Amino acid sequence: MTADMTPKAPVPVPERSLNSGNAAPVSIVACPNGPLLIRGDFELVGADGEELPRTRRTVALCRCGASVLKPYCDGSHKLTGFRSEP
Amino acid sequence: MKQPSPRGEISTLVLNTITGTVDAGQDSLARLATLVEEAVAAVPDILYDDDLQLALFCLYELHYSGIDEAGDDWEWNPDLLRVRQQIEKAFERRVRDEVILGDLPGTTSEAVCAELFRMTGADSGPSMSRFVAKSATDDQLHEFAVHKSIFQLKEADPHTFAIPRLSGRAKAALVEIQADEYGNGLPARMHSALFARTMRELGMDDTYGAYLDAAPAITLATNNVMSLFGLNRRLRGAAVGHLAAYEMTSSQPNRLYSRGFKRHGYGEGATEYFDEHVEADAVHEQIAGRDMAGGLVESDPGLLQDVLFGAAAGLAIDTRMTIHIMEAWESGRSSLRPSAAMAS
Ligand code: FES
Repeated sequence: MTADMTPKAPVPVPERSLNSGNAAPVSIVACPNGPLLIRGDFELVGADGEELPRTRRTVALCRCGASVLKPYCDGSHKLTGFRSEP
Repeated sequence: MKQPSPRGEISTLVLNTITGTVDAGQDSLARLATLVEEAVAAVPDILYDDDLQLALFCLYELHYSGIDEAGDDWEWNPDLLRVRQQIEKAFERRVRDEVILGDLPGTTSEAVCAELFRMTGADSGPSMSRFVAKSATDDQLHEFAVHKSIFQLKEADPHTFAIPRLSGRAKAALVEIQADEYGNGLPARMHSALFARTMRELGMDDTYGAYLDAAPAITLATNNVMSLFGLNRRLRGAAVGHLAAYEMTSSQPNRLYSRGFKRHGYGEGATEYFDEHVEADAVHEQIAGRDMAGGLVESDPGLLQDVLFGAAAGLAIDTRMTIHIMEAWESGRSSLRPSAAMAS
């Protein structure tokens, strides 16, 4: 099909402009037998409300309890044989 | 990269050829083709052949940082590529011999991810990380850094070649991982820069390729297998599988490596590389298994075998390197090439 046979499609409007102040939606993946993987624009704070040290956008939060880098996952769930399903 | 010292007839001729002009190289190319043909037929095990592994490493290097005094026009010279393919073919055949895939999992992303975690969780021989944590001497830590430096000073580069060959979810996942590897825009946070810092803290030269002469053939083979997968589009599934397995076998060993360096009194400057990988790779392994490898197989189920092959091949060749190093250390020898003095 050549270009002029196609009716001109409207240019899609981006759902949000960068700098609009609208944050990217957050997604949380519950990784089977592993951590919670969190993507998007979110803030990670401690019990005192202060932001926790963080060096990457996407993080994995420990949900097995065995990590020595809590709240982040350090892969220890594999050593302890953590199962997320009963 | 600085020119390495040749290790035999073939690597000598490769280096001589690429440091001359293309016009002057025609005769040596013809001779090279003959020599390689004979060598790949006669070699007992190409994985341990210094001359062929170094020749292949140098031919691949033309696609990365280049080699001092080698003209840039050699990169796509068809006659030189033909020589590379002769070595590559024998190498790939050997790597395939190394891998036996069991029952294939389903082609959903979760099934692929689970299979990769199973493969990487299976015990695969001696543990270098436990040894480094508990018993390695300071000299052995320096040797360890030599082996690692061949790749870590260009960490992430071979798999980056796969980016334009993927699409959708798998591509986004690979880019997400690589962005982290490359420091998310901060040059000092690039993993290769963190490793360079470790080397400086150890009093070593952090120039890319500075210790190439000391690295045995099997260490070069672990690098060449990544370039084989990264530079051949037909092997994009293997590149993805290789990276996934690499990320999945990284967090815990890096924690132990860090412990070994701390034990010898090295500070944060030396251990940050390893500490960073504990956290980073706990994230990367999830993205790599599920979104990158799993995403690729979901969109292209025909690549399932290639993905698993890449993962298994990386694990197998890395295990061989570990065995080489541990055997040397256990018998009180250096794991580096004897002829190459370790300048530090
Ligand atoms: S979930 Fe990974 S260490 Fe706890």
